[in-house]
Amino acid sequence: MTTATREQSGLRTGTMAQALNAALRDAMRADKSVHVLGEDVGALGGVFRITDGLTAEFGADRCLDTPLAEAGILGTAVGMAMYGLRPVVEMQFDAFAYPAMEQLVSHVAKMRNRTAGKLPLPITVRVPYGGGIGGVEHHSDASEAYYAHTPGLHVVTPATVADAYGLLREAIASDDPVVFLEPKRLYWGKAEWDPAAGVEPIGKAVLRRPGTSAVLVTYGPSLPVCLEAAEAAKAEGWDLAVLDLRSLVPFDEATACEVVRSLGRAVVVHEASGFGGAGAEIAARLTEKCFHHLAAPVLRVTGFDIPYPPPMLEHHHLPGVDRILDAVARLQWEE
Amino acid sequence: MTVMDHRDQSDPAVVPGWLPGATAPRTDPAPLLPDAEPFRVLGTPAADKADPGLLRELYRRLVAGRRYNQQATTLTKQGRLAVYPASTGQEACQVAAALALRADDWMFPSYRDTLAVVARGVDPLQALTLLRGSAHTGYDPRATRTAPLCTPLATQVPHAVGLAHAARLAGDDTVALALLGDGGTSEGDFHEGLNFAAVLHAPVVFLVQNNGYAISVPLTRQSAAPTLAHKAVGYGIPGRLVDGNDAAAVHQVLTEAVERARTGGGPTLVEALTYRVEAHTNADDATRYRHAEEVTAWQAHDPIRLLEDALRERGLLDEQLVAEAADEAEAMAARMRAEFHADPDLDPMSLFAHVYAEPTQQLREQAAQLAAELAAEAEVHAR
Repeated sequence: MTTATREQSGLRTGTMAQALNAALRDAMRADKSVHVLGEDVGALGGVFRITDGLTAEFGADRCLDTPLAEAGILGTAVGMAMYGLRPVVEMQFDAFAYPAMEQLVSHVAKMRNRTAGKLPLPITVRVPYGGGIGGVEHHSDASEAYYAHTPGLHVVTPATVADAYGLLREAIASDDPVVFLEPKRLYWGKAEWDPAAGVEPIGKAVLRRPGTSAVLVTYGPSLPVCLEAAEAAKAEGWDLAVLDLRSLVPFDEATACEVVRSLGRAVVVHEASGFGGAGAEIAARLTEKCFHHLAAPVLRVTGFDIPYPPPMLEHHHLPGVDRILDAVARLQWEE
Repeated sequence: MTVMDHRDQSDPAVVPGWLPGATAPRTDPAPLLPDAEPFRVLGTPAADKADPGLLRELYRRLVAGRRYNQQATTLTKQGRLAVYPASTGQEACQVAAALALRADDWMFPSYRDTLAVVARGVDPLQALTLLRGSAHTGYDPRATRTAPLCTPLATQVPHAVGLAHAARLAGDDTVALALLGDGGTSEGDFHEGLNFAAVLHAPVVFLVQNNGYAISVPLTRQSAAPTLAHKAVGYGIPGRLVDGNDAAAVHQVLTEAVERARTGGGPTLVEALTYRVEAHTNADDATRYRHAEEVTAWQAHDPIRLLEDALRERGLLDEQLVAEAADEAEAMAARMRAEFHADPDLDPMSLFAHVYAEPTQQLREQAAQLAAELAAEAEVHAR
C-alpha cells in the first residue's frame, strides 16, 4: 500500500529511525488529516528523533508538543479522531504508556464496537519498546502482551527498515486503532530499502530465512537475534527457518501453521516475560492446529518472569543465541 | 498562523514568567475565581427580567424530565432496564445542558446524563440501550453529535477537549460540553483534560454536577478544594459556581460559557450545586450513608418547585402550561412503557460485527463457532 511520492522512491540506505520519520512525513504530506502529537515531538523531534523536522514542515498544529500526560494525550487524540482527524500519538517510552491504558483499553479499543461501527477511531499509538539499549528502569519494557490481549486493537511491530516504513504507513491509513511497537534497539541499524517497493500488508507473516530443520517464530526486537542464532546453528547441523510475525494482532496463523507443519519443530522467541506472554498464545495455537505434524512440543524462549533488570544485568534476561540454541537442542531430535 | 499561536511554545522570544527577575504570575488569577455565592436567577430580582418563553420551556422540559426519571426507575424495578442511575433532582442541569448547545455542538455525557441526551433530542429508547443492556450505544454519535454515555469516570473529559481542539483547527465554531459529577473531579483524566483544554485554548465547557455524593462518599471526603469551581484557577481557566437546581441560572451560566468558548474565549469550568435525590442506582442503598432529613431538606429546594414559584410570581404558571407539561410528560412515559415492555430483537452474530473494520481469521472462526451453537440450539427447540 505504499503511496510514496516520486522524489522519495528509489533505493536508499538508512536506519529504522529514518524510515519511521519518512513514513510520518509522507503520511502527513499525503493526508492533511494526519496529526502527530506527543511529548517533545516538536522542536526536539522526539527523544529518538522519529518526529524530526515535522513541526518545521507542517507547523505546531500538525505536530503538537503536548503537556506531559499520557492519558490526556491519548484521550485528546480520541476526541480529534471523533471529529475526523487521523492522530498519530507518540508515547515516549514503553513504560510511560501505562497511564494511557484506560483510554486505550476502555475507549480506543472499544469505540467502534460500542457505537456499532458508527465511530471507528483511526488512531496510531507509536510506542518505542523493549530493552537492549542500556536504559535504566521503566525504559525497556516489552509490553506487547498487554495490548495483544485487548480486543479491538491491532498490534504491529516491525523488525526491518523497510517494514518500519511500510507498516507505519499502513497503520496510519488503517481505520482501526493500531498500537505500533517500535523496537528501540533496532532504531539505529542501517539497511538498504526502497520506500516505493512496498511490503507485505499488516497481518501477513514473512519468512525471513528458509530452513529445513525447525522454525524460529519471532517478531520485532528478537528477529536479528533469531537470524544470528540460525546462522550459528549451521555449525550444529541445524538448518533453521526464521518467521517474522510482524503483527501479533492480526496473528497470521495460516502462514505460521504452514511452516510449522512442513518442519514439525518450532521455537517461539520473544524478549517479554514468558508467563501469559504472546509466545504462550502462539505456542498453544500452533500445538492445537499442528499437533499431528509436530515431532516435538512447541518450545518458548523468552525473558524471565522478572521486572526488567538494571542495564548492567539485562543481557542475562534477554534471549540470546545460546538460549535459543539450547531450546532447539531440546526439540527431541533423537526420536 | 497556527491555533497554537496564543501561547507560542516554539518561539524562544516568549519569555516565561518564571525566569530570573520576573515576579508576576503569568496569568492574573483574580478574574478566574468563582464568586463566593453560587449564581442564582430564580427568587432574585433577575427572575423578573428572565425571558418568559425560556422559563416556560424550562418548566415543560423539567416536568418531562422528572417523569422520564420516574418512568425509567419504574422500568428498572420491572426488570426492563438492567440498571438506572437516576438524575432525579438534577433535571435543571440536565435540561439546561441540552438547551445551551447548538445542534452542531457536541455533548459528552456520563452514565447519569441520559436525560440530557434525551433533552438533546435523542429518542429515549436509543438513549437507554446501555442501561437496558441491549447495546452499548443506541444512537449514532455523529448524527446526534452526542458521544456515547461514558461509564469510566471523567475519561470523556479529554475526548471533549480533543474534539473541540479539532473543530477549532478546522475553523468550525463548534463547542464541546463535557458532563461529569463531583466524584469525577478526583480522577486523573479530569486534571489532564482541563490542563490540555487550557493549554490548547480549546472551545470546551466542563459542567460538574456536584450532587453531593460519589455513590456513598460525600464531597467532604472527595475534595478539600474551597469549591470544585476553584480547581479551574490552577489550570488558568475561569471557574463558575451556580445553583444547579435553578434552571434559569444554569442555563444562563452554560450559555455564557458556551458562547465564550465559541468566540475564542477558551474553556470554562462550571460547578453546579445540586443533589442526587435518589440512590446512586436502583442497586444502591442510600440509607446506609445519609439521613432522610438531608433528602427532605433538599426537596424544599427542588428544581421544579423553584421554577413553579418563579413562574407563579410572574403570573406565568397558567392552567394551560401545567396541563401541557403534564400531557407531554405522560405521553413520553406511555411511549417508554410501550417500547420497553417489548423484548428487543437482538442478533447474537452482531457480537463479531464491529470489533475491527475487517474481522480477523480468529474472529471469523469464533463467529462460525457461535453460529453452530445457535444452529444446534435452534434444532433442540424445533424438536
